Amino acid sequence: MASSGIFFFAKNFALAVLFLPAIFLVAPKCALAQERPYFVVYSQDMEEPGNLEIASYNITATPSGGDAFVGSSVELEYGIKTWWTTEFYLDGQATSNQSTIFTGFKWENRVRPLMGEHWINPVLYAEFEDISADKTPREVVGHDGNDDFLVPNGLARLDNQREIELKLILGSNTHGWNISENFIAEKNLQAGPWEFGYALGVSRPLALAASAKECTFCREKFQAGAEMYGGLGDYNSFGTNFTSQYLGPTLNWTAPNGMTFAVSPQFGLNSYSLPFLFRFSVAYEVEQVFSHFRRKL
Amino acid sequence: MMTSRKAIVCSLGILFLSSLVFATSNGAWLAKVPARDREKVNPYHDQPDAVAAGRRVFVDHCAQCHGKDAQGTDKRPSLRTARVQQEATEGELHWLLVHGSMGNGMPSWSKLGDPQIWQVITYVRSLGEQEAPPRSEAAK
Repeated sequence: MASSGIFFFAKNFALAVLFLPAIFLVAPKCALAQERPYFVVYSQDMEEPGNLEIASYNITATPSGGDAFVGSSVELEYGIKTWWTTEFYLDGQATSNQSTIFTGFKWENRVRPLMGEHWINPVLYAEFEDISADKTPREVVGHDGNDDFLVPNGLARLDNQREIELKLILGSNTHGWNISENFIAEKNLQAGPWEFGYALGVSRPLALAASAKECTFCREKFQAGAEMYGGLGDYNSFGTNFTSQYLGPTLNWTAPNGMTFAVSPQFGLNSYSLPFLFRFSVAYEVEQVFSHFRRKL
Repeated sequence: MMTSRKAIVCSLGILFLSSLVFATSNGAWLAKVPARDREKVNPYHDQPDAVAAGRRVFVDHCAQCHGKDAQGTDKRPSLRTARVQQEATEGELHWLLVHGSMGNGMPSWSKLGDPQIWQVITYVRSLGEQEAPPRSEAAK
């Protein structure tokens, strides 16, 4: 079982990582994104106006008593204004011994209500998702846990969920550190109470000053940090009882060509959580995407 | 009657907002800079290594809007004006990069951290003043 899980992971990891370099063929010009290494946490950083980020976010895990899976999201993030970013996700997952399925889409908008930089910078987040059998959790809310990943794909995809999710994102930059806190409220539009969750993150580049010479593996190209996140129950049972909680380090590296690679091993902190998750992503930012098309006309 | 009143109010509103945008893009941000920030000293002032490093950061993050030689583009201003090169202190430029001018499309660059912000300022100041070419040329 263990060796088939490793083979399953390796096959899907290779597919996910090979997918993005294809973008090089069509993307004319990249921007170095100075991405935070977060997978779950949102910071106050917005996409630069006119830039489009294309990313593949992936997660692999083996739930206790269940089959290994790889969940994958393709993300398109566009900066509309300096204070407004919109993002669209297409999600899918592959579960060992079961099937590979498209699970749905998410559309989110983030707005920064205060202009300028403050000690704490709030961002308001609203998302609509239409999804079933999702195994690409970008947040944990309510009583989400290990058991949710045991439902076979054939059954889980019958349960179509339309949800709205609201977040209050608070972020601070100080002495090179970024500290971000997210407070999450999610509601299934068809049924069920509001569910709550949180995510906390801290990160820092390994070097703050840029090098005078071009370099590939210099410290400023790496950012390291940690994320902690979990559920906070729902409207009827608020708290951490019967919720899953996770903690893990994160690391990213921005290649000279502008691609950013990130990895994060994450550990479930209680028996309700998945025991271990491995997240990895590849992101590429195309600068001023529409002006490029205009110039061609 | 109501329609003409609405039209007058709308026109005044548009006039007020455009004057705000014009005022800000015309350097009104300088007046907002607190004295403490204005007097900040660039630790990399005139250092050749910082010019080279600042150029790399500029190319990665700033050139897409301000042009590769910082002479501006169709939509964004030149950084080789007297205001940026002579009149503003380095502390004031640092304040602008940290806070941005979000209403005018300039994001906050606090995520770069102080050292890289100072390096960019060192690079931009090393370019010197230059009369802006016609807009279409700058865009190239």
